Amino acid sequence: MAPPNTDRKDWPLFEIFIRPKNGLSHKHVGSLHAADARMALDNARDVYTRRGEGVSIWAVPAASIAASDPSEKASLFEPADDKIYRHPTFYDIPAAVKNI
Amino acid sequence: MSTDRQQALFGYALRLGDTSLVLGHRLSEWCGHAPELEEDIALTNVALDLVGHARLLLSYAGEIEGKGRDEDRLAYRRDVFDYRNHLLAEQPNRDFGHTIVRQFLHDSWAVELYGRLAASADPTLAGIAAKAVKEVRYHVRHSADWLIRLGDGTDVSRARVADALERLWSYTGEMFERDAAEDTLVAAGIAPDPAELRTAWNTRVAAVLEEATLDRPTDGWMQKGGRRGEHSEHLGYLLAEMQFLPRAYPDAVW
Repeated sequence: MAPPNTDRKDWPLFEIFIRPKNGLSHKHVGSLHAADARMALDNARDVYTRRGEGVSIWAVPAASIAASDPSEKASLFEPADDKIYRHPTFYDIPAAVKNI
Repeated sequence: MSTDRQQALFGYALRLGDTSLVLGHRLSEWCGHAPELEEDIALTNVALDLVGHARLLLSYAGEIEGKGRDEDRLAYRRDVFDYRNHLLAEQPNRDFGHTIVRQFLHDSWAVELYGRLAASADPTLAGIAAKAVKEVRYHVRHSADWLIRLGDGTDVSRARVADALERLWSYTGEMFERDAAEDTLVAAGIAPDPAELRTAWNTRVAAVLEEATLDRPTDGWMQKGGRRGEHSEHLGYLLAEMQFLPRAYPDAVW
């Protein structure tokens, strides 16, 4: 048997964002592997837009995303839970105003 | 429509339809075997597009023929010598590089063909071509990108695609052949002129090979026969697999 090819490296991971239609923002849909950005866009087209899901694709190297640490969840997010006054729910909205 | 014109149009649609069907089936053999998951999906997407073109073209061929043969009848109930596909399309997959070279040589022809056929004097062919060309533009982008990566890649990838180019080059002449029946279609503005396709194909292929740092093989003796039903031994095995179910269980439905 031939020795295993130790040169083989996995392609870098890309996170894929798709804009479902004009006017909406890009939404994260998943991730994939690709050798470079152009291949990431092609692969995203084939993997995530086969059923007419989108009008625009962003491919972002996963290594470029700065993510919050899950272990800091309590200190980062829980303080907001008991500050209901930050929600604009105390205003009377005139009936004539729509789309709020 | 005169009988001669009808016969010519039937032959034309059949050749295009068979080439798409056979190549689509070849690509579908990669399903579950491609080197990467993403590429597996890409190759089978292209396969589905090609089978889609074949359905439209064979349905139209059956309609022109007027003997009640539909797409399934044409696809599943003809034997090797009744198939009219290019020999290039039936060549086996071998390795990924070989598949990419075969695909690129075909796509470069198909994109020029359908781009022109979209302006055909025959409204049905024009409609089919207008739909197909959007897909084929993506196919050629995909196969050209890969050929450049592999040609200008490692020693192994380069050797494989260079070998495939030599192996497959003699099958490229058939794409630009013409016969008397096609001459009448060209004269009537129904089919594009194969000589024009060849010029455009040469330009595209030369540009991509240069970027891939690969040498263009010299034009020598060219294989022919597929368009007349004379095929390599590979097509029989392909049809045996593709036609097994409808042959074993005639008139089976989903």
